[in-house]
Amino acid sequence: MNRVVITGLGVVSPNGAGIPAFTEAIRQGVSGIRYDPQLEALDFSCRIAGTPEVTEAMKLQYFDPLELKGFNSGAVLYGVMAGMEAWQAAGLPAGAAVQQPDWDSGVIFGTGSSGVDKMREAIYRVDELQVRRLGSTVISQTMTSSISAWLGGKLGLGNQVTTNSSACTTGAESVLMAYERIRAGKARRMLAGSTTDGGAYVWAGFDAMKVCTFKNNDRPAAGSRPMSASASGFVPGAGAGALVVESLESALERNAPIYAEIAGGHINSGGQRNEGSMTAPNSEAVQRCIREAVRDAGMHPDEIDVINGHLTATSKDATEVVNWSQALNRSGEQFPYVNALKCMIGHCLSAAGSIELVAAVLQLQQGFLFPNINTEDLHPEIAAIVPREKIPQQLVQKDLQVIAKASFGFGDVNACVILKKYKP
Amino acid sequence: MDKTTLMATIKEVVQPYTKNPEALATLNEDTDFIRDLKINSANLVDVVLDVEEKFNIVIDNDSMEKMINVRAAMEVVENKLAAS
Repeated sequence: MNRVVITGLGVVSPNGAGIPAFTEAIRQGVSGIRYDPQLEALDFSCRIAGTPEVTEAMKLQYFDPLELKGFNSGAVLYGVMAGMEAWQAAGLPAGAAVQQPDWDSGVIFGTGSSGVDKMREAIYRVDELQVRRLGSTVISQTMTSSISAWLGGKLGLGNQVTTNSSACTTGAESVLMAYERIRAGKARRMLAGSTTDGGAYVWAGFDAMKVCTFKNNDRPAAGSRPMSASASGFVPGAGAGALVVESLESALERNAPIYAEIAGGHINSGGQRNEGSMTAPNSEAVQRCIREAVRDAGMHPDEIDVINGHLTATSKDATEVVNWSQALNRSGEQFPYVNALKCMIGHCLSAAGSIELVAAVLQLQQGFLFPNINTEDLHPEIAAIVPREKIPQQLVQKDLQVIAKASFGFGDVNACVILKKYKP
Repeated sequence: MDKTTLMATIKEVVQPYTKNPEALATLNEDTDFIRDLKINSANLVDVVLDVEEKFNIVIDNDSMEKMINVRAAMEVVENKLAAS
């Protein structure tokens, strides 16, 4: 089977749009969480959020003015920006430079929702008996598969062009689906990643479920607190992450930059049985997912240097750490380092897995552990398993070989990706 | 409102969410919504909304967090009714 590597990265994150800004932000521990006046005006309990800052000039790098006419889809905006950045970083052509479909290249780019604000506009128009005034722009921005359709067109992709959707595991799942397709020889390059709309109409349902924190409205940068004793719910976010997944053979032929190798992975579900439910994970399934991923990578659990966790800042963080500990059979001094990117960017929902994977790949490539901000008051159940120094609060420069990244989602679904430093 | 009526009303509210009819039949002040009645934790907010509707009160976030058993739910309702 083909070896599979990552040859391009792109990101639009609450704490930085574009790889250079994002890399600097995560190294420095810069929070992308800000007070959101619209959430206050609409009487939300949680009034802080992670919304990427995207300027008009940045939009015009990736869209032409006609495309931006009547444009109102965060998921498509963030996904196109991240996807094209990754594709170009991989040295691959885009736009008019691609004259014919590239039959060997495809895209699997996930989302949980697309164009919710655009759909809201359309619903108002329809109810005002103005359906004919909708024009041509509604469908292309509100299809669940809008993002893969936009990227497929901009990049001239001729292999599979699709969108996956599995709640907060979407990003990790997209990368593993791309990995499997390339490993099986059905494509040479796949653009993988995920995106999500942000804003009040996307986050409202989470606010109503009381899964978002309402205790940190007066301190946004300290508001997202994974693994801390004072974790009181997640901070909602938005954005996109993108990775070019490619066969090693193709990457070497093209002399492409190789950021990391995908060593293996696993996707499963707890079937919403035992303690698993629509909203809660079945721990047996989580542990099984991690173990199977390590096995798929042909590794021993002791080889994992870093865990890049799902760790959302809810009461489930301690359960997740216990699950990692049981799955890898490691604790105390033997426990790997732990990183939780949500401390800086909140929970970017369907985009979370891909943005966090981009961070993990950067860590392997450049050899660093980003600071876990807002973990000064470590949760006692986590502190009982993981020594303080394994959850660094400052940037640590360190050569890393293997990172395990997991994402878990509503519907009791799990995905775990094992990344390793590329060695010829 | 007397305690018996209050408890009976809360019992009525939680009935559709409970997965454990035996615990519902013997519901008392110590009955825990999740541990005893086996209510899905995600449904606790729906229980609170139904309580609001039933008693025509508004329950703030901090009070909502406390409503994990019958006793706490009764206290919250009594306080809100007294304040209204």
